[in-house]
Amino acid sequence: MSDMSQTHGAETQSPPSGPVLAADGRPLKHSLNRALRRQKMRALMLIAPLLIFILITFIAPIADMLFRSVENQIVEDTLPRTVAVLGDWDPEADDLPPPAAFAGLYRDLFIAAEEKTHTRLGSRLNYETTGISSLFRKSGRSMDDVGEEIVDTIEATDPIWEEPATWAALAESAGSALPDFSNVWADFARVVRADGDDPAEENPWEVLHVSLAEDLRAGAAAEYDGPLKAELGQLTQALAGVAPVDYVAAMEDVDEGWSDPAVWRTIRTYAPRLTSGYFLNAVDMQLTDQGVAQQPEDQRLYLMLFQRTLIMSLTITLATILLGYPVAWLLANLPMRVSNILMILVLLPFWTSLLVRTSAWKVLLQQQGVINDLLVWIGIIADDNRLVLINNATGTIIAMTHILLPFMILPLYSVMQTIPPTYLRAAKSLGANDWTAFWRVYFPQSVPGIGAGSILVFILAIGYYITPELVGGTTGVFISNRIAYHISTSLNWGLAAALGTILLALVLLLYWVYDKLVGIDNVKLG
Amino acid sequence: MKLKTTLLATSVLTVLGGAAHAQMANDMTVVSWGGAYQNSQLKAYVEPYMANNPDVSVTWDESSAEAVAKLRAQNEAGNLTWDLVDVTAADAMRLCDEGLAMEVDHDEILAPAPDGTSASDDFGDMIVSDCFIPQIAYSYTFGYRNDVAEWNGNEPSEICDVFDLETFPGKRSLERRPHNNMEWALICDGVPRDEVYDVLETDEGQERALAKLDTIKDQTIWWTAGADTPQLLADGEIVFGSTYNGRLFSVIVEQNQPVSMMWDSQSYDLDGWIIPEGLPEDRLARVLDFLYFATDTQRLADQAKYISYGPARTSSAPLVGAHAELGIEMGPHMPTNPDNATNAFVQNYEWWADYRDDIDAKFQAWLAQ
Repeated sequence: MSDMSQTHGAETQSPPSGPVLAADGRPLKHSLNRALRRQKMRALMLIAPLLIFILITFIAPIADMLFRSVENQIVEDTLPRTVAVLGDWDPEADDLPPPAAFAGLYRDLFIAAEEKTHTRLGSRLNYETTGISSLFRKSGRSMDDVGEEIVDTIEATDPIWEEPATWAALAESAGSALPDFSNVWADFARVVRADGDDPAEENPWEVLHVSLAEDLRAGAAAEYDGPLKAELGQLTQALAGVAPVDYVAAMEDVDEGWSDPAVWRTIRTYAPRLTSGYFLNAVDMQLTDQGVAQQPEDQRLYLMLFQRTLIMSLTITLATILLGYPVAWLLANLPMRVSNILMILVLLPFWTSLLVRTSAWKVLLQQQGVINDLLVWIGIIADDNRLVLINNATGTIIAMTHILLPFMILPLYSVMQTIPPTYLRAAKSLGANDWTAFWRVYFPQSVPGIGAGSILVFILAIGYYITPELVGGTTGVFISNRIAYHISTSLNWGLAAALGTILLALVLLLYWVYDKLVGIDNVKLG
Repeated sequence: MKLKTTLLATSVLTVLGGAAHAQMANDMTVVSWGGAYQNSQLKAYVEPYMANNPDVSVTWDESSAEAVAKLRAQNEAGNLTWDLVDVTAADAMRLCDEGLAMEVDHDEILAPAPDGTSASDDFGDMIVSDCFIPQIAYSYTFGYRNDVAEWNGNEPSEICDVFDLETFPGKRSLERRPHNNMEWALICDGVPRDEVYDVLETDEGQERALAKLDTIKDQTIWWTAGADTPQLLADGEIVFGSTYNGRLFSVIVEQNQPVSMMWDSQSYDLDGWIIPEGLPEDRLARVLDFLYFATDTQRLADQAKYISYGPARTSSAPLVGAHAELGIEMGPHMPTNPDNATNAFVQNYEWWADYRDDIDAKFQAWLAQ
């Protein structure tokens, strides 16, 4: 408060030029800012609980969900060795990637199968190429068949190799002499520790045998300088008689799907940690190794659904304006006692469950329903030619118009209440007829109510889910029904997030257009 | 008998990580489907279990339809609130794939049959996934109105009558997803039953199935909820429709509507329990104790008193008795009854796990045209 009086005092003694000073000699602008800042801080403190609440429970989850539309680290996290090699592979030149990719895949997949993350990656990649889900699931079961001969040879050479402790000691003393083995051991130790066990007491995986054999074949026994040097030398000799693992053949033995170039192309295309694939799918395109392409014609769905959602939401908004305007006018102009009863009728649907209302529409609209029966009874339509009013777009529009009507009537009503009836009387006394008085005087003043109601109804309609699902049949479902399907049934959350992001962007875009055309200041809720 | 069961259960649990009765959690959140099915579970084994264990309280969550998505969300949030979840076999397989359901050794945690047959042999082929503990077999099949004047006294008797608009005019209802519909369409397009999935794997096969469905598309209402077809049949809105056999049982027998059952080419599906991965030890111990009791031969047979779904154990079949309230024999109403099962086929879950995304996109695009 003292700041305020100071600034007030400063105004009177301000010199005609130069910075205006406050009583304490500081520039007036600064003290004013400081005072305002303090006020703003206080205001911010007051709304802080709500702000934090909204940030934590609303903004953050939505942002997290939307981020899934580009997130794709699962491929590189699950198959790090494979992905590293696949970058060098040119699918144009060679059908299949180099053997190193198969070697990497063997190690990655073995570890993933032990961790049980391979099936998760399988379902992820199955969204892109049909059949990968079972390829990963089946492969996971037989990864330990690879390199059987090597495992047997190592264990036959010296019984100490059947002791987990030997392997732990080897890993500890390996240094940089056994690169392949140490690399796999790191994952082994991580997975075993995650289960709460000690790597020195767990039976080593077959993949450890195979990677050790690879190192020894490359002459690692000479470089290794530790307590097991003699044993490694012995192993090198024993393994000389065993053929090295042919990873390409081995993986094809595990599942012949690995000789399908389409599988490898998919892994390569979806290797990056961020992907545009989900967004492309959401607009009926797809990401292939040759770049972006259109989906086959029989799978295009989403653009049509977006378009349908927009058109039907607009239709519903228009219908609520047409039906709601007269009701709101009556509410605002009838005597209090009558309008209160009318108001209860408007609010009544609010107190009834959405599902009940939607089911009631089924009873009314179906072909053997009340409305058709009535029309047949009156003789307007023939019994064998009943109207199809439900399980199509008509059903969705009728039911949603009814459900959303209060959201149009209430803003309209509260705006109309503020329009003085004297204006209309004045217009008429100045010579306007009823229509001119309404159209030139009353209607323009009610436009802010229409604006508020339309935004409310349109935005609610565009995200509507349960009503189209129940009464929409096949031609009356919205994009939100597909989003729900991908969230709860197909579990393709990335695609659901991409569709949701596009829907959100569309709403914001329409809001912006609305602001440009009508002006958001022109919206009033009362 | 009961004492023996309890003793056995205790000893099994002791083997499983040394959990004793004292360390069992007393609250259990069980997820199921609601409605008549959940009621059958309540009557057949939850109430008897609670009578044996008065300290235990069971909370129901009727979220099985969204179980996979919700379990994934719980897993990502690190806050597992469910103890036992009832899901279809296909969902169990996906939960297992996603690492969200616990792999179990069926012989170790489940009771053997009374004659000593091991649990895995008793359940047999019903164990479609390492995470799946089967309870019942149900089927998707057709019901039709038996008072349609235009049919001139004919009654449909085989699956292809669904596609025969000449003899059986009128609206139909089919589920709004490709499962079963594609198989039925191909069977009626002349594909031998054992080649259906091979044909459906190819683009031509999928087009062929959709082309067959095209012949009845404008006469079909596509349902999403199991209650839709019974309601549409009862209202005379459709003359022919697919749904779960238990729903049709209640329309025909309990509500006495002019509707009949057509068992031909019914498509089997399974329903059962999964244990969420990552349960704390005390809650897991309680769940295992409950499961051992709830999936034994007698309990599964008891369930059939309340709903017309077939028990998943072979040894339960002879014990299936009469309906608890209506007193009629349940045997002839079971989808697994030999008279009903002559032409039945089993949905290929593993195949659908691969092709679901692809075919569903085509199917939905086809529907929207």
